[in-house]
Amino acid sequence: MSDSTPSLLPPNPDPVLNVEITEELIAQHGILPDEYEQILKILGRVPNLTELGIFSVMWSEHCAYKNTRKLLRLFPTEKRDKGAIGQVLVKAGDENAGVIDVGEGWGVAFKIESHNHPSAIEPFEGAATGVGGIVRDIFTMGARPILLTNSLRFGNLESKQVKRLFRGVVSGISHYGNCLGIPNMGGDVYFDECYEGNPLVNALCAGVLKHEDIQKGAATGVGNPVYYVGPGTGRDGLGGASFASRELTEESAEDRPAVQKGDPFMEKLLLEACLEMMKIPGLVVGIQDMGAAGLTCSTCETASRGNSGIEIDLDLVPQRETGMNSYEIMLSESQERMLVIVKKGREHELEDVFKKWDLHAAHIGEVKEGDRMVVRHKGVVVADLPAKSLTDEAPVYDQPSTEPIHVSNSRIWTEQSIPDLESGSVENAVKNLLSHPTIASKRWVWQQYDHMVMSGCKIEPGSDAGVVRLSIAGMDKYLAIANDCNNRFCYLDPYKGAQIAFVECMRNLACSGAKALAVTDNLNFGNPNKPEAYYMLQQCVKGLAEACSFFDVPVVGGNVSLYNEHGDGAIDPTPVVSMVGLIEQQEQVTRSQIEDSGLEIILLGGLPHELGGSYYLQTQFGKKEGKVPEVDLGHEMSLQNLLITQIEQGRIQAAHDLSEGGLLVGLSEMLFGSDKIGAQISITSKEDVLRLDALLFGESQGRVLVAVTTPHLSEVEKVSNESGIPFHYLGQSDESGVLNLEVNNQKMMSIHVDELKTIWEKAIPLHMDAATS
Amino acid sequence: MRVAILQFPGSNCDWDAEHAVMDVLGIPAKRIWHKSELPPETEAVIVPGGFSFGDYLRCGAIAQFSPIMKDLKEFSERGGSILGICNGFQILCESGLLPGALIRNDCIDFRCLNQPLKVEDSNDRFNINSLGENLILPIAHGEGNYCADESTLSLLEEKDQVLLRYTGNPNGSINDIAGIRNSAGNVYGMMPHPERAVSSHHPCLDGLPVLKAFFDPLFSAGPIEVSVS
Repeated sequence: MSDSTPSLLPPNPDPVLNVEITEELIAQHGILPDEYEQILKILGRVPNLTELGIFSVMWSEHCAYKNTRKLLRLFPTEKRDKGAIGQVLVKAGDENAGVIDVGEGWGVAFKIESHNHPSAIEPFEGAATGVGGIVRDIFTMGARPILLTNSLRFGNLESKQVKRLFRGVVSGISHYGNCLGIPNMGGDVYFDECYEGNPLVNALCAGVLKHEDIQKGAATGVGNPVYYVGPGTGRDGLGGASFASRELTEESAEDRPAVQKGDPFMEKLLLEACLEMMKIPGLVVGIQDMGAAGLTCSTCETASRGNSGIEIDLDLVPQRETGMNSYEIMLSESQERMLVIVKKGREHELEDVFKKWDLHAAHIGEVKEGDRMVVRHKGVVVADLPAKSLTDEAPVYDQPSTEPIHVSNSRIWTEQSIPDLESGSVENAVKNLLSHPTIASKRWVWQQYDHMVMSGCKIEPGSDAGVVRLSIAGMDKYLAIANDCNNRFCYLDPYKGAQIAFVECMRNLACSGAKALAVTDNLNFGNPNKPEAYYMLQQCVKGLAEACSFFDVPVVGGNVSLYNEHGDGAIDPTPVVSMVGLIEQQEQVTRSQIEDSGLEIILLGGLPHELGGSYYLQTQFGKKEGKVPEVDLGHEMSLQNLLITQIEQGRIQAAHDLSEGGLLVGLSEMLFGSDKIGAQISITSKEDVLRLDALLFGESQGRVLVAVTTPHLSEVEKVSNESGIPFHYLGQSDESGVLNLEVNNQKMMSIHVDELKTIWEKAIPLHMDAATS
Repeated sequence: MRVAILQFPGSNCDWDAEHAVMDVLGIPAKRIWHKSELPPETEAVIVPGGFSFGDYLRCGAIAQFSPIMKDLKEFSERGGSILGICNGFQILCESGLLPGALIRNDCIDFRCLNQPLKVEDSNDRFNINSLGENLILPIAHGEGNYCADESTLSLLEEKDQVLLRYTGNPNGSINDIAGIRNSAGNVYGMMPHPERAVSSHHPCLDGLPVLKAFFDPLFSAGPIEVSVS
């Protein structure tokens, strides 16, 4: 409806905002000269400062994905097999979160989102509000949140600064999630020097809802009232979205006002009030949380989705500070707020619910004809913009890309550059690996999370996947969740590294008995304007997209976090893959730890033989190098199908995938579930040239350890052979409490499992309990 | 409705408690909003876990002023059975229905784990016969460190008011106290969560005897039919 060029807007009531828009001001807003030209063309006039601020957040990488939009189109967003469970009900990017079908009329909404930059500056608040933001995305969809997980990355835990960040992030997550009463199933935590000064804090939430209760974030129906619900707006988090789209520097600490402060109790009220309101038939027309870019983003996105105009009056917005001007109110990222559009004439129904929960519900505007987002303050129009220009017309960039030299070097690397391990050093090597904080037990982390609230936790954190019962939906089905991304592989070979993140995540689900349904991904990368960093991003996305298509596991949402750089350069590429899967029956829920003696231990998938990129190279030689293990998607599919069918047949007592640390670490971890369990393991390799290090500690893909009862042994061997999956019998669990290891009849190690377990369990507490923060 | 499960705005174990009482123990129960009145037909009350009002002050410090607390005190004076779990225990202490107070864990951090417990011979409801000598129950709290002054403590011990003690104290509680009752024997409070240990998908079923011990005398008409789903 923008048939006429809008005339110049009247002066803003706050004289501070009536400044001339200079090149410097434009640059300060992170808007490039070409982008500014485009803004002039869209408006047909010069924007005022409020409008410039609105464009800067809406066209930031965080909101507009301008450097990644083209790449993200490579991801499949729907299932090819229309008969399979897990059909996509709400696609990636369409709403606040994607939704998939889990049967019986129920759906699961889930999404992961990063809060890296805020957490680097203020670890506690940054991580806490990261949880708050993702939870709002889920209940905005109409879903009752039922689980949380986190994917966390920190620098070397020896550093005092890293300890402070780690402690702050974990307690921030614990503080926020525990108060909300949503079980946190742990997730993954890696420690690597590349994250020094730029930790990654990715938070995931999943919720359940009935198909018919899916809410839309669209402002429709001219005349329908627009409500602001939740606590008042303050100056906190001002411009957080554009803050997240810059590199971190020494001066970033001065950006503290860009970090929001969380109030989980307020979020709990908002969650309950919104879900209660959404239960009232036909009341809610559209709903959207005020996350990144706050009031700005929620108004223009709802208008844009609804093909409507929208008008709001800032005088009606609840405020907890005095003298805020339109720029501040529009760009504030105060937490725990929502925008709701309801049916005209039924306002009191919304107001009653929010009154019950002692929350503000302010009628701040209306849905209008046309396509403009109009903002008034003190009787004056302070912004008047076409809503779609903010959401759909942000520039999209193709960046130049160059393969970094270390990537090509890694392809020509051979194991010959490393001396093989002596049999007498096996024990030391496994101990070193078990005490590496990435491999060590994360109990210190997840014991701070209430993972049992809602009474649905079936497998406590620390197993291959977190599993919760879908009790809320009245189903005896189980939702499994796993996160994965080994940055070392992505650094050495981004394409294969991203595929490894995918297949390992899926393998984790399969080990728990779950069939993978869909993915949400969090792409954490460096500055895309640097060709080498962009190359890593591009290759990771391509690798991941191919794996998603191959397995017919679509991406239903996610998040991109760029500019993760600090000091010496970019973080390793970290495309975190989070996958949900479904387990149909309680009996099929499978753990990674062996709880009985007399079980037969088998390695499925072949003996490991690749050393490149492994944690062994890190702990023994301090090297991040080597040829990344091969990824054979066809082999993975056969292996996982085999595993799931054998679990369904009731033949598998425990299953654990091999990942960081390889075979001997995986074997040890499997024995850590009980105080008295030991095992007699004998590995026979028919290869002429045997690399002991690669066999015991290499991280070859597509390997799973399983434990079966003796009567099932021959049947599992038979079906493995039929599916072309290599089968290696390793030995039996016993009650000796000792792990005895032989390779080709030569004794390698005989050690009390307790001794290994203590090293594994104490590694992180030893770092953290000694630390004063 | 026979059992009222109080719902404060920040309660988050109310649903779990309702599930345990209704679906597992088969006793009709209802969640009662903190601004409402306690229904006259109420035979027992559960004050569930959570973060009643965010608990940014002492846990339960604000909840004690909720409208329903007046009814709860009267219910207690009439001898009505009340069980406070976790945040509910904190609220009962803050409101003076149980002695002592719960302060921050001595480890500072929130702790969520399956906690071994030792059962005390407290009265004819809570004792080793009805519960067994040892239990494992989930705990999940940041402020479960029970403390009381010396005279309160010696009275508690003297009158066998301690119900449960931690084996391997997770929070610094004095005398390893995990749960207590009042001297009259109608108000019970504990940090462990029995309602999280009642179904086959839970880590164990040790919550069942605890809840049965609490409810048993109220239902003298016959034994409670337990259906473990």
